[in-house]
Amino acid sequence: MSESVAVRRQENDSKGLFGFWLYLMTDCVLFASLFATFAVLRIGTNGGPTGQDLFNLPYILVETLALLTSSFTCGMAILASRRRLRTQTLLWLAVTFALGIVFLVMELTEFRHLAADGNGWRRSGFLSGYFTLVGTHGFHITIGLLWMAAMFSKVYFKGLTEAGIRKLFLLSLFWHFLDLVWIFIFTIVYLFGVIPV
Amino acid sequence: MMTPLIAGWLGKLNWQAIPTNNITRGGAVMMILAGVIAFGAITYFKKWRWLWTEWLTTTNHKRIGVMYIIVAILMLLRGLSDAMLLRAQQATSSGASHGIISSYQFQQIFSAHGTIMIFFAAMGLMFGLINLVLPQQLGARDVAFPFLNAISFWLFTAGMLLINVSLMIGEFSAAGWLAYPPLSEIKYSPGVGVDYWIWSLQIAGIGSLFSGINFMTTIFKLRAKGMSLMKMPMFAWSILGSMSLVAFAFPILTVTLTLLYLDRAFGMHFFTGDGGGNPMMYVNLIWAWGHPEVYILVLPSFGIFSEIVPTFSRKRLFGYTSMVWAIWGIVVLSFTVWLHHFFTMGAGADVNAFFGIMTMLIAIPTGVKIFNWLFTMYQGRIHLASPMIWFIGFVFLFTMGGVTGVLMAVPAIDYQVHNSLFLVAHFHTMIVSGVLFGFFAGLTYWFPKIFGFKLNERLGKYAAWCWIVGFVLAFGPLYILGLMGATRRLDHYDASLGWQQLFIVAAIGLAVIMVGVGFQILQLVYSVWKRDENRDMTGDPWNARTLEWATTSPPPEYNFAVLPEVTSRDAFWEMKKSAHKTKVHYEDIEVPSNSPLAIIIAGFAFLLGFGCVWHIWWMVILGALGIVLTVFVRTLSDDDHERVITAEEVKALEAKA
Repeated sequence: MSESVAVRRQENDSKGLFGFWLYLMTDCVLFASLFATFAVLRIGTNGGPTGQDLFNLPYILVETLALLTSSFTCGMAILASRRRLRTQTLLWLAVTFALGIVFLVMELTEFRHLAADGNGWRRSGFLSGYFTLVGTHGFHITIGLLWMAAMFSKVYFKGLTEAGIRKLFLLSLFWHFLDLVWIFIFTIVYLFGVIPV
Repeated sequence: MMTPLIAGWLGKLNWQAIPTNNITRGGAVMMILAGVIAFGAITYFKKWRWLWTEWLTTTNHKRIGVMYIIVAILMLLRGLSDAMLLRAQQATSSGASHGIISSYQFQQIFSAHGTIMIFFAAMGLMFGLINLVLPQQLGARDVAFPFLNAISFWLFTAGMLLINVSLMIGEFSAAGWLAYPPLSEIKYSPGVGVDYWIWSLQIAGIGSLFSGINFMTTIFKLRAKGMSLMKMPMFAWSILGSMSLVAFAFPILTVTLTLLYLDRAFGMHFFTGDGGGNPMMYVNLIWAWGHPEVYILVLPSFGIFSEIVPTFSRKRLFGYTSMVWAIWGIVVLSFTVWLHHFFTMGAGADVNAFFGIMTMLIAIPTGVKIFNWLFTMYQGRIHLASPMIWFIGFVFLFTMGGVTGVLMAVPAIDYQVHNSLFLVAHFHTMIVSGVLFGFFAGLTYWFPKIFGFKLNERLGKYAAWCWIVGFVLAFGPLYILGLMGATRRLDHYDASLGWQQLFIVAAIGLAVIMVGVGFQILQLVYSVWKRDENRDMTGDPWNARTLEWATTSPPPEYNFAVLPEVTSRDAFWEMKKSAHKTKVHYEDIEVPSNSPLAIIIAGFAFLLGFGCVWHIWWMVILGALGIVLTVFVRTLSDDDHERVITAEEVKALEAKA
């Protein structure tokens, strides 16, 4: 590899990171639109249940803690990868993955209970907004988990390459971003949700 | 008849989906015929391998740009044929006569006309032109993410295919180009038309979003050495403004389309009239995207004129800094005016007053730009080449359209002309002169750069004058009709209203425009035929000012053998003034290698969209899994997505050029 090509590679890193940040900002607008629709439809309960009737805050708190902890462990994985510690990276990634699964299973369980009680997304505008906003976050988490599995196998089979470390960092940005969105969901959907309309 | 087993596998799809009326069938047959002829020709001339390796799998920005423009021109022709049907219907359907098409067809056609023109003609031409010149203007070898660029193009094409498949299988939306609920809800539009509309826009829209991210990163990260932001060509500034709008506005479209689909397919209640939904929320959301969309299209066109006017006036652009501020003024203000599309919603006097004033304010930065172009021409040595004819048509018509826009920004007046042909005339003035004329000018201007020879000037001027005169004839009457009370989307009116003469004039106007289109086709054919007489050997046929002219025409794959260094605005103009040959030192150049994965991803996206339209869920899952797996293949494969052209090869290529 000639020197100029090496310089180009470094430029690639910086533009990849920049582009990914831009993508995250567009995703931010996407979630903002969903939050706006949820806020508008919050009163559209169609005579059905409100958030006060439906949400079980202690359960949601456990879910939240699982996700917040996964952000921490994801950060640990990044630190390990930067010190080129392959086993530790894999370990922290595995913990992060497991916590993500816990979160996802808890969310789906909650969805299932709501639907089983006749409070599915067809019930009212409020519930349509709820399922779509929270579900979109869950969909992002699913994508994140798939990506994490792919990165895990990459690190496991090929070791920590420069490109691998770079992509791990992008994954961690994505994961922290989803954490941030969840904090807003926790506040606006659940905490505000139990205040009487 | 199909057995229930097969029917179960095909969702809502069955033999009834094949259209029965003659006009739709005629369109479908023509399209299939064109496809068969193209397929046959490629097979006969044994060009499949060439097509695959040189074009379909390419990640080079110039080739992607050319493909965008080919698709967009085909779609422009499709949109124009829709327009001809609409004009013919309105010119003939008065009193006892009910014209040539049924009401339902009329509704499908005006919905298709608007959708195709904005999403597939205008957006395609825009992304095509950006791809052709932006990297070269910045002194770069490609865009920031060439593979993503290919994905954007192929998603755009997949969306385009989906909207055209609706002509052959099923039907298209009859709910207008923005599909307002409750009409677009499943209760009132039970067919698959609206679903086709949703999914073709969704797929193309995600491609546009990727393009927005891509071009923004290109501008921020790949500028030539020494090119600070305030030394960038004005076209690049315009693209930065436009792409920022893409990044902020398109996610809103993605959400809105998804929510409408969730309503239709899964019985949700976002925009339904009952069940706690809110139809007006849709109108707000779609215009929160839709108004910026207008500026997404018009800013690049402003950028093109900002390149053309200085070049053909032999002067530097007047008021560079104020031009930049005007762009960002427009970018910010464009997000604060969306409610002027529905003053009649009844949001209250204060809300309407706010949005009315913001709408008037946006005329200020636009006016700054108009005056700057005129001051650039003032005391310049003006060369009236065909791009300048387009510019003159643009200034004249766009200013008229702008004045009618400010008129309608007054809510009290808007109550009178809302949903009338006055509005239709207004926005066609803005989009046709503001967007289309700019893109035609840009195509003429940059054509020699891409293909190595100039287009015929005489035929180009004929075309421009036909468009300008035809436009006035076609849309002048609509302003008058609108003030006389004619509402938009009428397929029939009473003879006693006395509107028919004006509708006939409008139809004649479109005929004149079509003569212009004929001249454009003739221009292309004639110029290709006589290409050896119009070869551009210098790389700079117009005596231009910006870096894209510093390479040969057509440029090599890597654009610049040695990356340029910039010391001032109008970088190439300065280089020409202080021309001195230094000994060049060639280096290895990395170019992105071809990849079939982009077209494969778009193929799966098409399956996903088609499956969603017809509720064929296995196809949806197949499409989604296919996309995920293809992305994984790309991510997990090693990082050799580039091919190196060695310094010796570059030297040899440059010696040949």
